[in-house]
Amino acid sequence: MSAVATPARQSTGGISARTVNRIVIYGLLALFALFYLMPLFVMLVTSFKTMDEIQNGNMLALPQEPTFAPWIRAWSEVCSGLTCVGMKGYFWNSIKMVVPAVIISTLLGALNGYVLTKWRFRGATLVFGLMLFACFIPFQSVLLPMATILGSLGRFGVKLQNATGLTFGFGNPTVNLVFVHVVYGIGFTTLFFRNYYEAFPNELVKAAQIDGASFFQIFRRIMLPNSLPIIVVTVIYQFTNIWNDFLFASAYAGSGDVMPMTVALNNVVNTSTGVVEYNVNMAAAMIAALPTLLVYVLAGRYFVRGLMAGAVKG
Amino acid sequence: MSTVAETSITLTPEHDARPGATVRSRLQDALPKLVLAPSFAATIVFVYGFILWTIYLSFTNSKTFPSYAITGPRAYQRLWRWTFESDPPSSWYTSITNMGIFGFLYISICLALGLFLAILLDQKIRGEGVLRPIYLYPMALSFIVTGVAWKWFLDPGLGLEQTLHQWGWTSFHFDWIKNKDFVIYTVVIAGVWQASGFIMAMFLAGLRGIDGEILKAAQIDGATTFQLYRRIVIPLLRPIFLSALIVLAHLAIKSYDLVVALTSGGPGGSAWLPSNFMYEYTFKRNEMAVGSASAVIMLMTITAIIVPYLYSELREKPR
Repeated sequence: MSAVATPARQSTGGISARTVNRIVIYGLLALFALFYLMPLFVMLVTSFKTMDEIQNGNMLALPQEPTFAPWIRAWSEVCSGLTCVGMKGYFWNSIKMVVPAVIISTLLGALNGYVLTKWRFRGATLVFGLMLFACFIPFQSVLLPMATILGSLGRFGVKLQNATGLTFGFGNPTVNLVFVHVVYGIGFTTLFFRNYYEAFPNELVKAAQIDGASFFQIFRRIMLPNSLPIIVVTVIYQFTNIWNDFLFASAYAGSGDVMPMTVALNNVVNTSTGVVEYNVNMAAAMIAALPTLLVYVLAGRYFVRGLMAGAVKG
Repeated sequence: MSTVAETSITLTPEHDARPGATVRSRLQDALPKLVLAPSFAATIVFVYGFILWTIYLSFTNSKTFPSYAITGPRAYQRLWRWTFESDPPSSWYTSITNMGIFGFLYISICLALGLFLAILLDQKIRGEGVLRPIYLYPMALSFIVTGVAWKWFLDPGLGLEQTLHQWGWTSFHFDWIKNKDFVIYTVVIAGVWQASGFIMAMFLAGLRGIDGEILKAAQIDGATTFQLYRRIVIPLLRPIFLSALIVLAHLAIKSYDLVVALTSGGPGGSAWLPSNFMYEYTFKRNEMAVGSASAVIMLMTITAIIVPYLYSELREKPR
């Protein structure tokens, strides 16, 4: 504990300086809490209001006649460009992209971290350093080559389909995005597991080796059962990052019914045909925010740990 | 595995001499590297290979489609010329000026606010468990959601301005989000809102890690609270400052989504950052070579910040 206890000094007015101090501190803290809560609050109340109330009422007022209609419209009717089918399809696009990408990148990260700490070889630090730096590049510097490669994979998929009747996933935007997120996510997942396994006792691994356990047996029986916290951290980190990604999604699945949630939301909000239905837009934004918010509420502790691990290396 | 040669006349070979076993044990030895190989190969190809590819493209004359005939550093010459084209500002001039304004304000405000909130929260506060998640939750939202929320909040006709007018402050005027000279500051506001809570959490963790004995000793020596923080606590937090700086610099250079969602690029592209410039020139304006050159410049900027940091972090723990 580092809290610096302010010594209580009696002021002449009768109220101690300490009390004033505390009031100021709590006041400031509450003020900032309002600053952070305000946009979410406004978004939430707006999504339950009628358009009439939005145009004539106060932004901060609670809805007079709360209605779920904007949420229903956002889910199943709202227009993104010229197609008016709601957010539900895009929501599932995101789920279909996030789940495999998170599982694959986490598993690869665990294996890599295991190799880099328990089966060290010459050059391991260099390998890790190169993978780590990859986490920090601005993705703009790989955006175009990846688009080119994904384009030729798509043409390959068409050929495959002509020959065999199946594309085997080549050219499928969801598969493409899973691939992209795995490739650019393994740096971070490897980092998480490497740092975690670094503290894991080598003796246990050695002992198992002497008992004749194989590489994968040690991983499955010894490492994985002891990795629950870091698995949770990694899954949350990857889930949040991939769900929230916009750059890759807009570059490789930026239109049509294959868009993930973030791209669709941006299109919905910027669709300017007819009257702008702010309540529906806000409901759509809430739907896009809910999965990550839910994860944050349920597992906030791990969420913070993930962010910290991503921030503080070594 | 290793049988200790007690007679010590013949050294027992590491591996069994039987041919079948040799292959298997070789395989066992190579297995860890084989497991790591796909990830490493993917990194080499899709990160470093692609970076080289982008660098290559920046020296060509690529427009809508990549062309692979080297035509020299024309894209860089154009960017260089645009760097000084301030009246009327070129898109590149706007982008890098915005990057300077946004980067400086975003990083310094996040650091200051994060430290300030962490110090306040560290005063044995009742309800810390409630406040901390409130400060931190924006980090869980996507830039797109943040942008949509703040776009609504800052809209002169609907948001804050309208609300204050209804409350009777009719002279209040706040249209930054539609003003080409000020729109970048709204990106700062939304960005700070999103990231400052996380910086607070980093500083708070740092404060909690400080040895209480040092502080007690200083207090006994008669240091005031202010002196205590200025002279002892803040210097002790230096590593956290560094980490936070790296995180923020990295976020700032990558902030593409926020500008898109909050401002749609601003009036006449006045809110662009280099990341928006790259995207627009590459995919919308069919100036692929220029887009690639701007991506290379972004990459070099980040490299200059990150590589020394990673180098020192990885070296600190030699094995």
